[in-house]
Amino acid sequence: MLRLEKRPVPSKVWTIATPLLAVIATMVAGGILFAILGKDPVEAIRIIFWDPLFSEQFASYSRPQLLVKAGPLILIAIGLSFGFRAGIWNIGAEGQYIIGAITGAAVGLAFYPAGGWYIFPLMVVAGAFGGWLWAMIPAILRTKFNTNEILVSLLLVYVAEHIMSAMSFGLLRNPEGHGFPGSRNFRDYDVAANPELISGTGMHWGVVAAFIAVIFAYVVMTRHIMGYQITLAGQSPRAARFGGVNPNRLVVLCFAISGVLAGLAGMFEVTGPAGQITTDFNQGYGFTAIIVAFLGRLHPVGILLAGLLMALTYIGGDLAQLMLSLPKPAIQAFQGMLLFFLLAFDMLTNFRIRLAKSEAA
Amino acid sequence: MVSFKSILTGAVLALGLSTAAYAEEKLKVGFIYVGPTGDFGWTYQHDQGRQAIEKELGDAVETSYVESVPEGSDAERVLTQMALSGTKLIYATSFGYMDAVQNVAAKFPDVRFEHATGYKQADNVATYSARFYEGRAVIGTIAGRMTKTNKIGYIASFPIPEVIRGINSAYIHAKRVNPDVEFKVVWVYTWFDPAKEADAATAMIEQGVDVIMQHTDSPAAMTIAEEKGIYAFGQASDMSKFGPTAQLTAIIDNWDPYYVARTKAVIDGTWTSGNTWDGMKDGMVVLAPFSDALPDDVKAEAQALADSIAAGTYHPFTGPLNKQDGSAWLADGEVADDGTLAGMGFYVEGIEGEIPN
Repeated sequence: MLRLEKRPVPSKVWTIATPLLAVIATMVAGGILFAILGKDPVEAIRIIFWDPLFSEQFASYSRPQLLVKAGPLILIAIGLSFGFRAGIWNIGAEGQYIIGAITGAAVGLAFYPAGGWYIFPLMVVAGAFGGWLWAMIPAILRTKFNTNEILVSLLLVYVAEHIMSAMSFGLLRNPEGHGFPGSRNFRDYDVAANPELISGTGMHWGVVAAFIAVIFAYVVMTRHIMGYQITLAGQSPRAARFGGVNPNRLVVLCFAISGVLAGLAGMFEVTGPAGQITTDFNQGYGFTAIIVAFLGRLHPVGILLAGLLMALTYIGGDLAQLMLSLPKPAIQAFQGMLLFFLLAFDMLTNFRIRLAKSEAA
Repeated sequence: MVSFKSILTGAVLALGLSTAAYAEEKLKVGFIYVGPTGDFGWTYQHDQGRQAIEKELGDAVETSYVESVPEGSDAERVLTQMALSGTKLIYATSFGYMDAVQNVAAKFPDVRFEHATGYKQADNVATYSARFYEGRAVIGTIAGRMTKTNKIGYIASFPIPEVIRGINSAYIHAKRVNPDVEFKVVWVYTWFDPAKEADAATAMIEQGVDVIMQHTDSPAAMTIAEEKGIYAFGQASDMSKFGPTAQLTAIIDNWDPYYVARTKAVIDGTWTSGNTWDGMKDGMVVLAPFSDALPDDVKAEAQALADSIAAGTYHPFTGPLNKQDGSAWLADGEVADDGTLAGMGFYVEGIEGEIPN
């Protein structure tokens, strides 16, 4: 018989090994799934994980796309990781992402068609402010009225979606858009656009911001008193309180960081890859970022890698649909498996598997 | 701009490789869908068209598709990957792919694009749509005859010209056969969300609606209509299996003839860009068989209307017609021009409520 024994301290080895193990298990289980669907499993796995990076036909295009797709995921996930470490659950990054995109875009469109170097920086500030503002609602409600921040932040996503829809049909609608919903496209408005910075790399300001956020988070987490307080609050709220950590201040702070970063991600996305505010501008980056944060063990470097891996499954997934006619739900199931296996193998970090001795007399 | 040059180099390289490898190969045809192929509505019908190409042209073509692609940057990536994979003809089947198609088409001048319901063309981008309002005229007539409560429900997606045109066409013809008729329009702001569509249907029925029309893609409302014992019309596809007694008829989007013809044109080298707006005459808009619940005189009346539209002797937007605010739109006998129809942003006289803005 197998028996689980709780480890006194989480295993360092398994903390690093479980994500790798989860990826391998996903490949195996996913391969079986693809085989049942009548596709060559080895080819399918190769198309998802290998071709976007190394195939001659696609890699020159899809490698940069990896950064484009991973950028917002990493940026949002880094923000979320602060709160998650402290046991503060911001589930509504999607909403903060949307509002950041709207405020950022609105400031830019207000200047249309004027030129000026200051317009884009102002939009960046506006995007960060929008995300911050939307995150402050659940934070203040939690600290003042003790509401549940999970529910409030989540429900505000739906409010944000309605605001976005209203904006596409109303205030921000393109006056030259033949009555169709959606704002002007930022591609046609150079001073407010967020284009690729170095050709063929996929690098835009949002990706740059994501890398800066990773470094910033790494420094704060390992070198700064705030990182210590956050970790302490997560591991032992009582001890943190005795240690002089103000829990309310921490809630506001963590929500502020995640709101600002999510708002920035939205702003960079709407001015860059997406190009415009539409009724369905948001693609669930805010929710996927939660998976990325946990897949990366809430560690900045881990999140960087997890974001890239997640982006790879999206881009490879599209490719598998195209090349093998795999249905989309199969790809989504495949992505779901990744999180499932990660959580399942997580047990190894906190528990030791022992062969139970038979009941000794 | 520079980035696009490097992509272009990559593309040329890839194309060079693929042409070398697949000399005298099949024409690769790609489809990009906004919903799942199993929506039994909009995307389902486009996929039927894809299958028609395979059936008709057999070994000369190879088709592939990517489903549930969100509009925006993801669409652009999928389109680029398709072009890189050697696909030479791409059908982009949602309005929101418009800018993505334009961007990718500029980078791949030798790939032909067909964009459904859009208005931006290029040398290698053609647009096409169907005159669904012709079908709406017929189901409006049937609804006006069949309602007992004189309340007709209309599940509308987004307040864009396409949807507004449908509401107007249905209303004009329902009103013509039943002056007491009233339309309840509910805007759900989605093309495909079975739960929302079902909620809208339930809410309408509670307000006394006994015939439902929809401009959304799922058969959810049809299922509710069947349950509650009222009537409804299939949208985009024949939905009779979801409402065997509820469905009176359906407006079917029949893309098959257009897709086969356009694909053949690429193979023959006769493809040119353009804008196609076909209707019942060309078989792009087709009605499902009328239900047995329709009395014979209603069947005959509906059929006569459909025939006159198909023959080109009657246009659903023929004056005298006023706008909602009472101002004159079309004089007696005057027919609406395509430009006005394509950008329609107003209700005709008699419809209550406002178009959300």
